[in-house]
Amino acid sequence: MEWNPFEGMSPSSFFNFSFLPKYLSFFVQGVEYTLLLSVVSVAFAVLPALLLALMRLSKWKPVKWFGGAYIAAFRSTPLMVQLYIIYYGLFSVIKVPSYTIFGFIDISRFIPGVVALALNSSAYVAEIIRAGILAVDAGQMEAARSLGLSKVKSMRLVVLPQAIKNILPALANELVTMVKESSICSILGMAELIWGAKTVANTTYKTLSPYVLAAFVYFLINFPASKGIEAIERRMRRGDRR
Amino acid sequence: MEIAGNEILRAEGVYKSFDGKVNALNGCDLTVKKGEVVAIIGPSGSGKSTMLRCLNLLEVPTAGRILFEGAELTGKHVKIDAYRQRMGMVFQHFNLFPHKTVLQNIMLAPVQLKRKTKEEAKRTALQLLERIGLADKADTYPNMLSGGQKQRIAIVRALAMEPEVMLFDEPTSALDPEMVGEVLDLMRQLATEGMTMVVVTHEMGFAREVADRVIFMDEGKILEENDPDDLFDHPKHPRTQLFLSKVL
Repeated sequence: MEWNPFEGMSPSSFFNFSFLPKYLSFFVQGVEYTLLLSVVSVAFAVLPALLLALMRLSKWKPVKWFGGAYIAAFRSTPLMVQLYIIYYGLFSVIKVPSYTIFGFIDISRFIPGVVALALNSSAYVAEIIRAGILAVDAGQMEAARSLGLSKVKSMRLVVLPQAIKNILPALANELVTMVKESSICSILGMAELIWGAKTVANTTYKTLSPYVLAAFVYFLINFPASKGIEAIERRMRRGDRR
Repeated sequence: MEIAGNEILRAEGVYKSFDGKVNALNGCDLTVKKGEVVAIIGPSGSGKSTMLRCLNLLEVPTAGRILFEGAELTGKHVKIDAYRQRMGMVFQHFNLFPHKTVLQNIMLAPVQLKRKTKEEAKRTALQLLERIGLADKADTYPNMLSGGQKQRIAIVRALAMEPEVMLFDEPTSALDPEMVGEVLDLMRQLATEGMTMVVVTHEMGFAREVADRVIFMDEGKILEENDPDDLFDHPKHPRTQLFLSKVL
């Protein structure tokens, strides 16, 4: 047979989804795993992120420094490295029992994954929250303080409720990012979408089309989500003109 | 602490520099007596707003002391929030809380600081709104109001805490000309009722008519201070003369 360098690139190898009837469950469970992993991670990131943001805005130098250092460390190193360090480091000390929920999620892998993604995400969400707080006019804090409200009460009752409007769209975008970034967890055998695609590729020797399908699935989740967020942002901006 | 007569506020040798460079205030002394209306005038950047904001420590003086009813606010470990509850402040840009209704804006501090129950606070708030003729706006949000309405609501929001003294930071500077009158009218009423007021203003007519004493500031210093008629008709300091010749 003649050697054809483009053989693997033929449309048939791109779009040959003949594996689907047999291996559909890998993709369905993969999507469920990916979504659960992303949503839970971002959800767990919010509270530490709020704390980090307030630390960065603090006047107290050591606290401010710690917040800044944490954010710098997690934003300047690859997520993959963080994942390895947390999985093989932290979770060699903390033993999570192997226990399966929903029939396909092994918590001994899922929990370290969530911890790593949440710690990573909290650094990014902290910056989102900080920017959201800074975008609130400084006069709001001053007015609250001038009435005699404490700094904490002013933040909680006056500044944060207004900051949320700036924070929510960016937080939704962080979730979109997380849906993509969580694919890194496949390297530790978490059964999310890319792990499913990889397994199907290895089993069927179709090395391309399972990943193409995975790409479609990611796109079908993230593109409408991003468009939805944009639309909501536009609506909020319109309501903002005062 | 030493209190002379019915003095309520005192600033002694107040300096303020930002980032250790710009000297906004260069040693200012100021006393305000109970029931007195003091107007602070001067060119832009003269430090008059900074002076006012030092009085409730929105700006912390770099040096010098602020005394309120004889208690030093600039000392260490002072619970400033407790003093601020008794010093109302009104800002140039109103700073109403946009996520709260007019009523909630007025009720927030008295309820949160446990000065009043919710019912009492609501009753007082409605009375205050009645007084300024905006009772029908109780449940609207600030973005639906005109500038003059916003500022009058900001004033009653401060009044809801029943303060001993009211600080006004250029309260009419951000208003359309036709709305200046309604805000000044309300301030005039307060003055007649005996409210102690410190007003940073560009409204010379108002300063002359309502103030008991006018202070002229430039380059972070109090250059002259006198009865309104004397200060406006016979300014002593050449800088005051120059300023008044331009604005009057």
